[in-house]
Amino acid sequence: MISRLANPARFMRLSAALLPWCAWATLAVTALGLYLALFAAPADYQQGEAVRIMYVHVPAAWMALNVYLFVAVASAVALVWRHPLAEIAARSAASIGAAFTFVCLTTGSLWGRPMWGAWWVWDARLTSVLVLFFLYLGYIGLVNGFDDPARGGRAGSVLALVGVVNLPIIKFSVDWWNTLHQPASVLRLGKPTIALSMLTPLLVMALGFTLLFATLLLLRMRAELNERKALALRLNTRPATAPPPTRAEAAAPAHPGGAAIRQAR
Amino acid sequence: MAGFLGLFRRDLRLALRQGGDTGLVLAFFVLAVVLFPFGVGPEAEVLARVAAGILWVAALLAALLSLDRLFQPDYEDGGLDLIALSPLPLELAVLAKCAAHWVATGLPLALVSPALAFVVDLDPRAIATLVASLLIGTPALSLVGGVAAALTLGARRQGALLSLLVLPLYVPPLIFGAGAVEASALGTGARVDLLLLAALTMAALPLCPWASAAALRQALE
Repeated sequence: MISRLANPARFMRLSAALLPWCAWATLAVTALGLYLALFAAPADYQQGEAVRIMYVHVPAAWMALNVYLFVAVASAVALVWRHPLAEIAARSAASIGAAFTFVCLTTGSLWGRPMWGAWWVWDARLTSVLVLFFLYLGYIGLVNGFDDPARGGRAGSVLALVGVVNLPIIKFSVDWWNTLHQPASVLRLGKPTIALSMLTPLLVMALGFTLLFATLLLLRMRAELNERKALALRLNTRPATAPPPTRAEAAAPAHPGGAAIRQAR
Repeated sequence: MAGFLGLFRRDLRLALRQGGDTGLVLAFFVLAVVLFPFGVGPEAEVLARVAAGILWVAALLAALLSLDRLFQPDYEDGGLDLIALSPLPLELAVLAKCAAHWVATGLPLALVSPALAFVVDLDPRAIATLVASLLIGTPALSLVGGVAAALTLGARRQGALLSLLVLPLYVPPLIFGAGAVEASALGTGARVDLLLLAALTMAALPLCPWASAAALRQALE
């Protein structure tokens, strides 16, 4: 199936069909999740109504980690199997992941101020998520830092795989160090320690965020493919009297995606 | 083995003859450390509290300065292609280059640091730990920096991009290195921090050349 999706034209058709469903599902599930989180879920006995930030903070954190895993897996697929869309998927997902990490950090900060009395503490969980944010920014800077986009994609793939070591550190930081951030309540050995009335809105919001990621990913991948197609078209239909292509333009058709796009045309 | 030593000696000779790297790194280290008393005030108690961190951060930033010259000159004049094609495995070639880089930058940093300990009022009993922590930790800095240098080869703004990539990865050696010096200054043992720092360097020794070689192969395609 993965190799069936390697054809960019087939991917464009599939994503065009899938995108409206993803978008409407995102809206519906997130609306339901927000209603459950803001109205139906109970207030915390200690934190009061402020606990409702959790329903944005925790799903954003889950997405931040899982999107990085997605970027790393897509990078591995791109490096090992040279799948033409894997690199585009990794590149598109990275910005979304960075946004989720930023949301996680800011909502956490807003939650920490009333609860802990501090906007920021240097405990293991917060520090490692900040490192994850810098890894995302480094990845985005690296893939866009070369004139040849193929070179940028390859370098970024290696960086994404190097940074995967941070993911277990984030997950287990609350167990390995004495942290202010609370330990795991959902994904742990044994039953989740969170009440069902709070777990349900949490899972619904997580599903909504996942659908949001899928929608944004498809949109960005389509945009990236269209951009490359436009660039290839510009180069192929350039009149003889036009100025020579810049180094960036000339390097673009060398990308395997460009060849596949021309084939699909 | 002959290839490894030959490459190591060649890189070391280049670094010492061109002279820029060692001098620049040491000068930056001294200047950066000297700036802090101007910034935080000359009170001995304040400086002594943060001395370990100041020295380690300055050493780290100084080590960062010379990283972009690790692979770039060879990449530009074609020497890297020859190194990649030689019978010496690319991982060992990277190890040789990082070792030469360490001898030219990390080792001088560690040896000069006792002189700077007096500038920031570091407790004298921590000086030995300072030198030990820098000797153990700067190889990790050279190795991890080598990965970032290999990844950013040929990038438009290699220097800035290199710093962006490498600083998150430099945080663990910084935590344990500065922690060791701080523990020594306070009188609690520095043994745990030094052992963890050594563990980081030991882990970096096989893993970083492997990642750097992969990145170099991508760059040379």
